[in-house]
Amino acid sequence: MMFVPGNNPGMMADAHIYGPDSIMLDLEDSVTMAEKDAARLLVHNALKSIDYGGTEMVVRINPLNTPYGKKDVEAVVKAGVDVIRMPKTETADEVRELEAEILKVETEIGRVGETKIMAAIESALGIVNAFEIATASKRMMGIALGAEDYSANLKTNRTPGGAELLLARETIVVAARAAGIACFDTVYSNLDDMETFRKEVELIKTLGFDGKSIINPRQIEVVNSVFTPTEKEINKARAVVAAIKEAQAKGSGVIAVNGKMVDRPVVLRAERTIALAIAAGVISEEEAL
Amino acid sequence: MALKEAIAGTLESGDIMVTIGPGKGLQVNLQSSVAAQFGRQIKAVITETLEGLGIQDAQVDAIDKGALDCTIRARVTAAAVRATGKDVWKD
Repeated sequence: MMFVPGNNPGMMADAHIYGPDSIMLDLEDSVTMAEKDAARLLVHNALKSIDYGGTEMVVRINPLNTPYGKKDVEAVVKAGVDVIRMPKTETADEVRELEAEILKVETEIGRVGETKIMAAIESALGIVNAFEIATASKRMMGIALGAEDYSANLKTNRTPGGAELLLARETIVVAARAAGIACFDTVYSNLDDMETFRKEVELIKTLGFDGKSIINPRQIEVVNSVFTPTEKEINKARAVVAAIKEAQAKGSGVIAVNGKMVDRPVVLRAERTIALAIAAGVISEEEAL
Repeated sequence: MALKEAIAGTLESGDIMVTIGPGKGLQVNLQSSVAAQFGRQIKAVITETLEGLGIQDAQVDAIDKGALDCTIRARVTAAAVRATGKDVWKD
């Protein structure tokens, strides 16, 4: 998910060329108070006019308790946004308030139920309430960590190893999995340190995240290379899936592949590997069979 | 519709800076490195956007840096909202 400032039309026009899975046009922190109105109009018109192909379009709105939040919702829902990213989410009630605002606009334009919600969790209270937030609305497609505000709220700083974020990251992954939705990690801002960035992406993949937020097209290749399964992993996954299909046809639930027991969790991991490989475009759906 | 002078947009690549002020009829003064190729189209988008907002009288000065039509519409609307004080998304 690539962050793009909502008041920069040049970046907004070019963002999808680099092939991110999703683009998040930002009306919140990257836009000054004086430009909130202009950015809202820019994002509205861009969503209506620019063909972003299959790229998922997300807009980060301003909080509903500011003078801008409700107008942001109206502007982006009317423009047909896929997902509204809610910043600084701390409680389930805030999610339900956003849901009501979305429904009001969707009802007006006859597009009920189309707009999804992603909640960014950026405070200690938000982490404590992560599961309630993740399950507050059937529109909720994912939760994400906002680490800059979170570490400030914890009264600490961000470090290259990310020790200060460990509990938040694990809580978000666990809450998302328990709720059956996606989870996305925070941005890494130092574009000159791609090595630390790669380590961070490897860490968050290991923790279970579905993806990483990025701030520059240069970071896309690193995220894709970490998340894309290797040929060896894909072949192993295909062998597992093929073996379990064969076993099921014979009425057996537990099998062995290359001398190792294969049960349900192994099959689930293999299926996820194949799904990731298809999503990354390294194999086709036919090749996965 | 009473107008005060207002500006929206920037001089960055891909943007357009639009200044709207009081005028008689719609007068559009455009500076653009692609004026020869797209000047007529850019002016048409500006005037259509203003007419769509009910503005018939305004002096518009626009400095284009290669903006898409959707950007031109957004910047003209933002300048018009600031010039008239009437928001397109009401409270």
